[in-house]
Amino acid sequence: MKNESRKVLLEPVVDNNPITLQILGICSALAVTTQLAPALIMCIALTFVLISSSAIISAIRHHIPTNIRIIVFMTIIASLVIVVDQFLRAFAYELSKQLSVFVGLIITNCIVLGRAEAYATQNPVWPSVLDAAGHSLGYSLILVMVAIVRELFGSGSLFGIAILPLSTDGGWYVTNGLMLLAPSAFFIIGLFIWLIRSWKPKQQEKPDYRIQIVHRTEFL
Amino acid sequence: MTAHLQLFIQAAFVENLALSFFLGMCTFLAVSKRVDTALGLGAAVIVVQTITVAINNLIYHYLLEENALAWMGLEQVDLSFLGLVTYIGVIAALVQILEMTLDRYFPILYNALGIFLPLITVNCAILGGSLFMVERNFNFTESIVYGLGSGFGWALALVALAGIREKLKYSDIPNGLQGLGSTFIIVGLMSLAFMGFSGIQL
Repeated sequence: MKNESRKVLLEPVVDNNPITLQILGICSALAVTTQLAPALIMCIALTFVLISSSAIISAIRHHIPTNIRIIVFMTIIASLVIVVDQFLRAFAYELSKQLSVFVGLIITNCIVLGRAEAYATQNPVWPSVLDAAGHSLGYSLILVMVAIVRELFGSGSLFGIAILPLSTDGGWYVTNGLMLLAPSAFFIIGLFIWLIRSWKPKQQEKPDYRIQIVHRTEFL
Repeated sequence: MTAHLQLFIQAAFVENLALSFFLGMCTFLAVSKRVDTALGLGAAVIVVQTITVAINNLIYHYLLEENALAWMGLEQVDLSFLGLVTYIGVIAALVQILEMTLDRYFPILYNALGIFLPLITVNCAILGGSLFMVERNFNFTESIVYGLGSGFGWALALVALAGIREKLKYSDIPNGLQGLGSTFIIVGLMSLAFMGFSGIQL
């Protein structure tokens, strides 16, 4: 693979991750991650929608009038999401119930519209597909990691298969109920961001005010 | 009346769209640096949410639901699979109309809201409100109350977060946690606090 393509594909995975750096597509990252299986389905659904929408939009990019482009994008994305939604209802009904409204919410997932607006409208089809694939990978990486932490410590299992023997079944692990509740997702992503930014200091944000050492009482 | 009041309280506090369903997170995290911009966006969301949930409720019951077209003489027609594209269309159109109306008659408000109005189209709290309305099968009055309540709850959470972040500007946060990281942890703590509302009955 050429250097350029590799960069487009791999950069969004860690260096320019949509969730931890660009603040895009966070809603679903938090809501579907109590278990690994729905999180994985969500990643596959988003990957499909993102890659197809980027390909379609980039293929017709010269024919979209600029002032109505948002509604054109929305129609294309919404149609693709309807396909995914109907497909899930037909072949994985239980999972689609579990994902509830979040499959529909892929429409307003900012990653999809963001990539359409920022990349697919200005680039040919193949690079747009690579860019979309890269962003899906970055998104899936965070989703899967959060889901692993939450399911493992929240219910002692992965994909529903028991990993840590639960105390209720005579094992040693007492489940951490907080992991299954909403707040834990925020904490876990917050800590992931801390981890990534300690590893890649370039991503750190500048503080508005720098606290000077003089102001600390222990140095006086 | 009590039922509606309870629905409002439930939508605003117990099932807060931002803090327990994680909807509208992108704007929630990105536009919460200052209290006054948060107030503007919050107001816009309340208005748009109330109107869209009500309109989508009418559209769902009279056009899309199974057998909904019976008043036109068309029995056994089920258009509910067109739901997603219809709701987003309504939202996009409504935001556009609201933008033009404000521009024409209330230019001060229009300038204050600025770029936030178009951003509301892709705010998942708005689409999520309509989808929850369909999933829970609300009638027309209930959907107005639900739209108002959930919009209010989202705006409240946004303004509260902006207040906390303004205070936090002066604190000494580890470098890697600066900005987005610390915001996530604050939102987590707020979400824990809002869980205290769960189970409230009037």
